[in-house]
Parts: sequence; structure tokens; C-alpha cells
Amino acid sequence: MINAVKREIPEYIEGYGKVKPFMGAYANYGEVRKVSTKLKSVKPGENKILSSIKEALLKCDIKDGMTVSFHHHLRNGDYVLNMVLEEIAKLGVKDITVAASSIFPCHAPLVEHIKNGVVTRIYANYMSGPVAEAVSKGLLKYPAIMHTHGGRARAIESGDLHIDIAFIAAPTCDSYGNINGVEGKSACGSLGYAIPDAMYADKVVAVTDNLVDYPACPIEISQEYVDYIVKVDEIGDPKGIVSGTTRITKDPVGLKIAKLAAQLIDESGLLKDGFSFQTGAGGTSLAVAAYVKDIMKRKNIKGSFAAGGITGYIVEMFEEGLFKALFDVQCFDLKAVESYKNNRAHQGMSASMYGNPHNKGAVVNNLDVMILGATEIDTDFNVNVTTGSNGIIMGGSGGHSDTAAGSKLSIVVTQLTKARLPIIVDKVTTVTTPGETIDAVVTERGIAINPRRTDLLEKLKDSNLPIYTIEELKAMAEKLTGIPEKIEFADKIVAIVEYRDGSVIDVVRQVR
Amino acid sequence: MRRSMLFIPGNNPSMIQNAPVLGADSIILDLEDAVSIDEKDSARYLVRNALLEIDFSGCERVVRINSIGTNFGYDDIDVIARVKPDALIIPKATEEGVEEVDELLSAIEREEGFKLGSIKIIPLIETAIGLEDVFNIVKSSKRVVAVLLGAEDLTADMEIKRTKEGEEIFYARSKVVSVCKALKVDAIDTPFTDVNDFEGLRKDSEKAKLIGMTGKAAINPRQIDIINEVFSPSKDDINWAKRVISAYEEAQREGKGVFSLDGKMVDAPILQRAKNIIEKAKAIGLIKG
Repeated sequence: MINAVKREIPEYIEGYGKVKPFMGAYANYGEVRKVSTKLKSVKPGENKILSSIKEALLKCDIKDGMTVSFHHHLRNGDYVLNMVLEEIAKLGVKDITVAASSIFPCHAPLVEHIKNGVVTRIYANYMSGPVAEAVSKGLLKYPAIMHTHGGRARAIESGDLHIDIAFIAAPTCDSYGNINGVEGKSACGSLGYAIPDAMYADKVVAVTDNLVDYPACPIEISQEYVDYIVKVDEIGDPKGIVSGTTRITKDPVGLKIAKLAAQLIDESGLLKDGFSFQTGAGGTSLAVAAYVKDIMKRKNIKGSFAAGGITGYIVEMFEEGLFKALFDVQCFDLKAVESYKNNRAHQGMSASMYGNPHNKGAVVNNLDVMILGATEIDTDFNVNVTTGSNGIIMGGSGGHSDTAAGSKLSIVVTQLTKARLPIIVDKVTTVTTPGETIDAVVTERGIAINPRRTDLLEKLKDSNLPIYTIEELKAMAEKLTGIPEKIEFADKIVAIVEYRDGSVIDVVRQVR
Repeated sequence: MRRSMLFIPGNNPSMIQNAPVLGADSIILDLEDAVSIDEKDSARYLVRNALLEIDFSGCERVVRINSIGTNFGYDDIDVIARVKPDALIIPKATEEGVEEVDELLSAIEREEGFKLGSIKIIPLIETAIGLEDVFNIVKSSKRVVAVLLGAEDLTADMEIKRTKEGEEIFYARSKVVSVCKALKVDAIDTPFTDVNDFEGLRKDSEKAKLIGMTGKAAINPRQIDIINEVFSPSKDDINWAKRVISAYEEAQREGKGVFSLDGKMVDAPILQRAKNIIEKAKAIGLIKG
């Protein structure tokens, strides 16, 4: 069948089931139901602290076919997923589903567990490195399921993704299971992505390298959700968890793109008192923030909030009074962790509060402007951030689709060509985010506005901005690079890209 | 208009490809100092092909060739002039050197069927002898459209310390400006070499503008915005110029030969300055018309 972004997808996929086709970004709002959770209540005097991950697995009755979940606040420094999978493998358990909010190169040992059948299914919002390559090569028994950050929260809350055991990497945990991310040697700040796991999993195990006396304050994930606590030497490598500082690009092309994006934001009419904003931690995205900051200061604009993964740069804007509050699902650097710890208006948010389309209103719905990246964008404005130019998985939506759908103005910032390849193409290799939710593409050679946004085009008609059609930008790129040959794929589906509402927007096939 | 002239190494394809988007009025594809001896040939052909293939989107395309005292210089002219750059920068320019380049260019233009004199020359003044002879250097060819001051080599030649404040080049700047104004060509200031000191760049650019420089060379794309801003007419300049011109038009209507603005008499040079500001502002897009 053909879905709303003109992708041919099967009606049924082995190992996944019946496919619900993507019908449009706003097609599935309305009445929904959340699942209830099963738990074992704790009597006074019971001890939650266990001696090892193995003991925790045994206490949780680990068995073949179970789903274990992980969150990615420790990013490429995470040890917890590998430690848990190693113990599961030692116990001889097979056919495990790993539901990790993201998978990084540090999770390379997972490849071996995939090869020997310990792990047969994976859910992730983002995947890069050896595991993503193994999935792309068809090594995983069943197709991986790629969620968005908000979509994962929706799937957990709706019961589409049932978690048997959630492992929470806890930078600090007390003896009764109260967790925070702001203290301890592995402090990573907000634990927003772990919150749905803690609330909806049958069993919750806190794995910590900083076990403290009761009560640990502040409390981010509370004792009422936590079954067991395991103390380990290290939950992660601090070098991979948060970077010392996130930096604005010095690349003149990146700066040019950022400057144009800031001018577009200014001319859109959204940059006024009460402005809300989100941008990523990449150098160009941060440079947009820097130019927006200049405009806000020059025009004395007081914004409402900035959201998402929070960087030190956004914290600086907040501290200078340019935003009233920050909504933080994940801290990207030490300055953000420090601010999250010390400032009450630097507010944590769960993945559900951040981007779940099926709650009573996510933060993304209140965003004015969202700055996004792209590995490819097509002439229908569909964006690929899932697969690279070789067809191999190298990312995933994360919050891309959620913020694009929620924000009033979603802007993709990208170089027109990368590594001698045009970024604007007729059809993206994989649709991650539907074009109907992308409003503008800003490149170093010009800006394309989605023709659906007639209001924006009207507003910009007398502007000095270099506005072209997306087809014109594509032609400019092809003039520099030529048209690359298409990647050849086999029939086997290796991953399913679920839109935030749980419908299937695209599939990734095995590279030939 | 040459507010900013950006040096791009002639051996760096990705920088050359991106050069047109960086906002400089002129791009200087450098075959001299930026290119090591073992890359001179490959860079020359890279720049040649870039001039043939890349759309520079209206930026002036300038090539700094090697000194014509070297074989590289002659080869550069022979290869580059045949793809018709807008101008060549002649390093360590002398009167004889510029005359020789003029003749070589004329020969190539005839062979290739280009309009005679279409390839312009920008002498780079970076020696004491060049500075003292700058009037004759500019006069030596009708192709000369601007003079670029190169203070690093000049101060080395004069055996004096180069400083951020630039007091040591006050005479050189003044001399270049005076000659350029006299001979109606652009005066382009030396680059500011600390690429991370933007406040210093702004001060240095303002200092150059104050004594009459019309533009400045840049060695990093991040310097362009500040240079363009400093060498563009300010809002106050534009408003003043508009008022002068409307006072002039009113005087014309009333048949007055002499008129004043804010109690001061406006004479022909002031009127011309106002007209120049408006023309420049229109060219940059600061005002419509």
C-alpha cells in the first residue's frame, strides 16, 4: 500500500505485524487510552538493594522473549546497557527485545548478542555505530523499530511497547530508589527519557554508581516506581556522557546558514516577546541561537522558553533573561547540568511531556521556532535523518518529527552539498519527518519555503532574503555535484520507521 | 564596489566552491603566498577550472598571481588570463612590472578575442619602493582599478614592527589613499591578521575608512560582515545625503545657485559626496531605487 508520503509499504511485516500506514501528521489525534501498570507493592521494612545485576535479573524473573529498556542520557559513555546484556547472555536467556531510547557506538557489544540470538528485536529513537550497521546489514532477526522521542513515550503509555524490565542508569540513587541526575561522578542532568520507562515498566531497576543515604534530593524519578537498586563501580564514562562545552561552529558556510536562518526567524514575525525556541547541539544550530540572541538583545525581546536537549549556550541566553524558563529532557554539557541543578526555572520534562502526540498537550505544541538538521530533504520537503548516503542507518528521528509537527515554524538548516553529494533530492532514501511539517529549508545559497505555507510566503514577499523554490535549490546543488547514482536495496526490511502516532511512515531495506 | 576582498587559497577546492556565498564583494583566488611551491601548478589549474565552471554569483573574481619576477608568475598569467578573470593582483608591484603585465594581458586578450583592457589590474603595494612610486604604478596602466596595501611585507621591508594599532602604517595608508583619490581608483586596506579579534578588526577598519580607504582585504570569511558594515554608508550618512540632495533639488526649483543646509553652505564637492553615498547605498541594497 502507499502511505501519505507516497511510500510503498507492506500491509503486514513479519516480526512486526499489521502495518498502520501513515495518513498525515495530524490524522490520529483524538481519544486515546493509556495502559494500566502491573506492580508488586512493597511492605514496610523490605530492602530494595541487591548485590548485582544478575541478582536483579533473577528477581525480575528474566526469561526468553522479554523486553528490557534503557535510556540514553549517558549517551556514548553508557555502560549500563552492555552490563545488563552481558548478564542476560550469561544466564542463557534468548530472544530479548532491547527498547533503548538511543543506541550509540559504545553499544558495539550488542552486535554479538544480535548474532547469537540473545537479542532479536530492537526499538530505538536513534541508532549510530556498529549496532546500526549490523541492523542495516540484516543481522537482527526481526526488523528494528525506529520511534520518535515523543512516539516512544506514546508507545509505552498506550501499551504498544510493553516493557518487562526497565533499567535506569542513575547518577545518584538513594537506598529506597529516589533518583536524580544532578549529583555523582556520572551526573548527566535531566533524566526525561527514562520517565515513561519508570512509570510503565513491570519492573524497574536503578543501576547507580552513587548510592546515597535516604532521601536523595532533588528527586527526579521517585521511589514509588523503583523495585530494585544495584550499586556498580561505574555506570558510564564521564567523557562520553556530557561534553565540557558545546561550541558554535567557526565554519563560514555554517555561519552563513545560521545567519540566514536567524533573519528568516526575524522576518517571520514570531521573534517577539513570548518567543519560544528549540535548537540542537550541532555547531550550525548553536550558531542560529547566537544570531537569534543578538536580535533579541538588540530589540529587547523577552522570550518565553527554550526547550529540548539543553546546551550551555541556551543556558547563557536564559541567564541573560532572554527566556523565562527552560524545558530540559536531556543536558548536553556540564553548564546545562549545573544550571538544571541550581535553577528552578530550568525545568525538567519527561519524553511524554516533551513530544507525545497522545497526551493532553506536549511542550512541542507550544514551540514557535524549531531548528532541525537533515541528511537529505526532497522536493516534497520530506526529511531523512535516519539513513546515510550509503543507505546504512546512522541516526533516527529523536525529537525531529515531534518538534517539526508541533512548532509554528520548523526550519531545516543544512549545507546545500555535503561530501560532494547534493542534500536536496527528488525522493529521500528514507522518510523520517513528513514534508507537511517542514516549513523552510535554509542553505548557504538560499532559502526554500514550503509552498503549503502561503502565509509565510506572503509575509516574506518584500523581503531581501534569497528565497528560491526547492526545485531551484536542488538544481543549484546538482550543478555543483551532478546527480548521484541511486543506492540499491534488497527486499528484506531491516527497520520500520514509525511516525510519532505509531503509524508507519517508511521502512528501511537491507543494502545490497 | 570593493568593500571587502576575501583571500581564498587557490589550492583548496571546497573553499573555492563556497567562496561565492560568503558575502565578500570580491574573491581573491590566491596563487602566491597561500600555495606552497610544490602545489603551484596544480593550484593554477584548479583556479583556472574554478573560473570556468563555478558561478561566482556576481562576486568580482580576482586572482593573485605569483610575482612576475618568477616563472610561476608568467605561467599564471598565461593560464589564468585565458579564462578571463575580472582582475589580477600583482604582488610587490613596480611600474615596470605593471607595464609588463599590461602588455602580456593585451596580447592574450587579442589572441582570445576578448575586449582589449577587459582584465583589470590591482597592484599590491608591499615594498618601500612600491609605496614611494605608487602614483606612477597606478598611472602605468589604464587597467588599474584599485590599489591593495600589503602592510605585512611592507613593514618587513622597512624593518619595522607591525602592530595591531597600526600607527606604523599611517603614512603608507595615507599615501595610498591620496594617490588613489587623485587617480580615481579604489584604495583597499591591508588585512587584519588576528582572525579571532573582531573588535580589533572593527577598529582597524574604521581607522582605515577614516583616512579614506574604500575597502579592506579579508583573510578569513568571518571578517567579511564587519568589513562590509564599516565600509558601507551608515544610516546617518544616508539620511544626511538624502537631505543634501533634497535641499539641492529645492534650490534648483527656486532658481538659487547657492544653498545651505543646517546653516552651512553646500558647495559642489559636498553635493558630490552626498550623491556618491546614495549611489553606494543603492548598489549595496541599503536603499531602493
